Amino acid sequence: MCLSALDRAGARTRVGGTMMPLPRVHPGAAAAAGPLVFLRASRKVALGEWVILRAPGQAPRRGQVVDAAEDMTVIQVLEETAGLAPTLTELTLTGEVPAVTVGRELLGRAFDGLGRPLDGLPDPVGDALAPLTGRAMNPSRRVSPYAFIETGLSAIDGLNTLVRGQKLPLFSGPGLPGLEIAAQIVEGARAPRGEPFAVIFVGLGITARERDAFVRRLEASGAMERTILYLNEARDPTIERLLAPRVALTAAEHLAFEHATHVLVVMADLTHYCEALREIGAAREEIPGRRGYPGYMYTDLAAILERAGVLAGREGSVTQIPVLTMPDDDITHPIPDLTGYIAEGQLVLSRELHRRGLFPPLDVLPSLSRLMNAGIGAGKTVPEHREWADQLYALYARGREARLMAAIVGEGGLHDADRRALGFAERFEKEFVAQGRDGRALAQTIESGWRLLESMPRDDLVRIREATWKARRAAAGATVRAGGRA
Amino acid sequence: MSRAGSVSEAAAAVATRGGELTSPRLVRVAGALATARPMPAAALYQLVHVGARRLLGEVVRVQGDTATIQVYEDTTGLWTGEPVTATGGPLRLELGPGLLGSVLDGVGRPLARIAEATGDFIAPGAVAPTLDPQRRWTFEPTIQVGATVSAGDVLGRVQESPGLEHRVLVPPDTRGVITRIEAGDFRVSDAVAHLEDGTALALSQRWPVRLARPAARRLPAETPFVTGQRVLDFLFPVAEGGSVAVPGGFGTGKTVIEQTLAKYAWADVIVFIGCGERGNEMAEVLTEFPQLRDPRTGRSLLDRTVLVVNTSNMPVAARESSVYVGMTIAEYYRDMGYRVALMADSLSRWAEALREVSARLQEMPGEEGYPTYLANRLASFYERAGRVQALGRPQRTGALTVIGAVSPPGGDFSEPVTQAALRVAGALWALDPELARQRHFPAVDWRLSYSLHADATEPWFREHGGEAWPEVRRGALELLEREAELREIAGLVGAEALQDPERLLLDVARDLREVVLAQSAFAPNDAFSTVTKTYLLAQLSMSTYQSAARALAAGISLDTLNLARVRRALVALKTAAPEEWDAGVAEARAAVGELTP
Repeated sequence: MCLSALDRAGARTRVGGTMMPLPRVHPGAAAAAGPLVFLRASRKVALGEWVILRAPGQAPRRGQVVDAAEDMTVIQVLEETAGLAPTLTELTLTGEVPAVTVGRELLGRAFDGLGRPLDGLPDPVGDALAPLTGRAMNPSRRVSPYAFIETGLSAIDGLNTLVRGQKLPLFSGPGLPGLEIAAQIVEGARAPRGEPFAVIFVGLGITARERDAFVRRLEASGAMERTILYLNEARDPTIERLLAPRVALTAAEHLAFEHATHVLVVMADLTHYCEALREIGAAREEIPGRRGYPGYMYTDLAAILERAGVLAGREGSVTQIPVLTMPDDDITHPIPDLTGYIAEGQLVLSRELHRRGLFPPLDVLPSLSRLMNAGIGAGKTVPEHREWADQLYALYARGREARLMAAIVGEGGLHDADRRALGFAERFEKEFVAQGRDGRALAQTIESGWRLLESMPRDDLVRIREATWKARRAAAGATVRAGGRA
Repeated sequence: MSRAGSVSEAAAAVATRGGELTSPRLVRVAGALATARPMPAAALYQLVHVGARRLLGEVVRVQGDTATIQVYEDTTGLWTGEPVTATGGPLRLELGPGLLGSVLDGVGRPLARIAEATGDFIAPGAVAPTLDPQRRWTFEPTIQVGATVSAGDVLGRVQESPGLEHRVLVPPDTRGVITRIEAGDFRVSDAVAHLEDGTALALSQRWPVRLARPAARRLPAETPFVTGQRVLDFLFPVAEGGSVAVPGGFGTGKTVIEQTLAKYAWADVIVFIGCGERGNEMAEVLTEFPQLRDPRTGRSLLDRTVLVVNTSNMPVAARESSVYVGMTIAEYYRDMGYRVALMADSLSRWAEALREVSARLQEMPGEEGYPTYLANRLASFYERAGRVQALGRPQRTGALTVIGAVSPPGGDFSEPVTQAALRVAGALWALDPELARQRHFPAVDWRLSYSLHADATEPWFREHGGEAWPEVRRGALELLEREAELREIAGLVGAEALQDPERLLLDVARDLREVVLAQSAFAPNDAFSTVTKTYLLAQLSMSTYQSAARALAAGISLDTLNLARVRRALVALKTAAPEEWDAGVAEARAAVGELTP
């Protein structure tokens, strides 16, 4: 969507083939404030139209019409506006909505938040120019996601299973290794039957350090050639942040649905995105909602997150793992709150586990994968997955409750069952969740969980059905006997 | 380039100036709102076509000759100067056979037909009639020529789905003498009857969605709306024609409850409104429902369901209209004399859509930016629920039960939408994140929830569930209340410091919670609990408590009582297959009997 790409843009991006006006040039704007430029008395302006602003002696800037009106049109400028004199700036209304180059050729390359190359190579030619606002998938054409994705992390594969087409955000906190865990998932995730698979990473206001750490891991794992990077760093213009996820998802949808590729989109950090949204809302003097964030933040975030999914009759899929920082670890803050309402679950990091040096510090109690049931069970993971997970979860929850109680009354004051659960919780955190930096195959995850369960009396395992229990005992017995002979 | 630009600009200016004299044009487009001029005759809620692509919109404000329009479709790419055409009236929905099993967008267009027009991704401007205009239905008259008919009278019937007879009604504002009526195969718009004044009566009729459909009179609620969920039927029953608010933070299982009710609740017709929710969830419903069977009739669930879908990334204005579209369909089947349940998930998204449009209209905001009319609009929505005697003959009783999910920000129930819903709803099913975290589902908080329908439905439950239903229910509520107090104490002094009677209470309350109240929507034998099963499990738990308490009073120590056997029996009974049921009941009864000294 760089300028040259725009010049090439043909009728394809002219919305719906309606008679969208040809480019029009205005000699100057009426006013400017923050990232906004105001244009008076303009006719035939389209909402979302792409604008080029040329100020004498400065590089051209790009902008988008956010309020089209004959008396006063508002244009949101994507680049830094310092030094922009509105009356001296020539504005070209291009008659086109912003579009981005998409295609397989983008794999292995790095771009900025607007799709301009960062790797010194020329602009990609790509397969097509696609409008980046994206359209809503028709719900009647969606396929309910069902295909298990192995991430190599027990707390996810076992208890919060990820499936293709899901959007499962990571709720991190300041100083917690959210991005590191995302990197580990990306390294570990592959398509089970060797189908085309790609990763798109979108940096949203991330620091150079975070970017380096992430990219280095991707390179080390040899995953770069099936990866596209879109990097908007902390020092880059804020408004660019609002477009970067859309640019990336437009590329993702093309790979997924035109090239039958399973695409995993990792976005970090959604919190910076929301702050950019708040900034522009304030500049437009909108009535703020909770904590100053705009009232339409839910709709805006949904426009991004809902672009995950699987379509009937098409091979590929778009799966999203957005990473966000909960300000002050507060899960009720509008950003994690709205994300939680839109996404299909959440993976929550725990400061306490992190402080105790456990990695990954995933707290399974507030974590949830809403699509888990569709991705587990016989033929997908293991037949007993649901009850196994429920039982681990229930015992851990009870143990955590007992830990709180023990802090008040002492361990001696606990019920026997609570005391057992307390011990279980300790082992669960150390042995099951804190697996360290190495990936675990699903079989290992399941076995690790069973071993914890088997250390408890049968009566404590109310969620395990008798048939399951017997099958497990028989299988374990067989293993022991086989082991004895060997 | 600049020369070409100014030429086209001049041409555009001329075109627009010429247009201003005669026909209305867009003068502003911002978000979901568009402004058009001159429209001196525009009326509020009048339906308009916006732009060359004829996007659907509705007038929400008129000032002089300027009309502000909320647009139901994506406005990106609409430009100032595009034409606007007004239609005759407000947004009306076509009602007739063929609604069941359909999946509509927020303004009543079938999504499948939109997909035929615009592909896998929704593009604005698609024209898709609500009912299939070509399909023929076999109409069988039930009245004859010469009959005087008035609003709501049944003209005849159409077998809409294998289990549901569609009653063709005289539209609400019509009366006269039938001069012609015939049996045969008709399309929905074909006239099946004529009145003496020449009025043609078709299989379908249109109704403005924002207006409640009239009924002869409201009737008191007495039969329960059986949900098959123990915690709801047993503790917080709602009556047919009642209304419920279901607030819960994210991850508390709102959607699962709504979907479970849509699957298992006793109703003839279910209208499910996915309002601002997830696309994948709707896909799940669409995949699952055709395969699932209605527990009472054995028919496919989709045959009794109408889905209205506006996912969170679909246009926000259509989110506002989606709840009215769903409600109108529900009322239409109610008027035929059916028991209809409407689930809206979630009303918060609808309220946010109101807020978004209101903010763009620069109205003075009330609490948390919501418009001051939020509570009023929500109340008029909920009040469309009710058990009624329908208009017309033969006499019919219909019921419309409304279950509205609310998504309070941060799980905080003090926010405006939850509070506004609570003021009008007849029951509260409060979802608790702590229970959800313990994977206790449905995560209905038994201390916070309430139902104003409990007394009215008691006689029914006594008759169909069990003789002592109200007593067992009150006993259980009391036990749970005392458990909560005891747990607070135990949290301070340690469970070991409690006496036997208190420990017994904690044990039994735990059974009550884990066995009776918790229910897995995914367990084949437990997803739906009949009222008999609900009663039996609850009654067994409560008699465990009474028997064991008598034993303790007789000086027997708690540790010698075999409560584990009772527990095992109840757990087994809960998920017992039908053929294991009788043996399971016998074992549970024996285990409880063993406690008695």
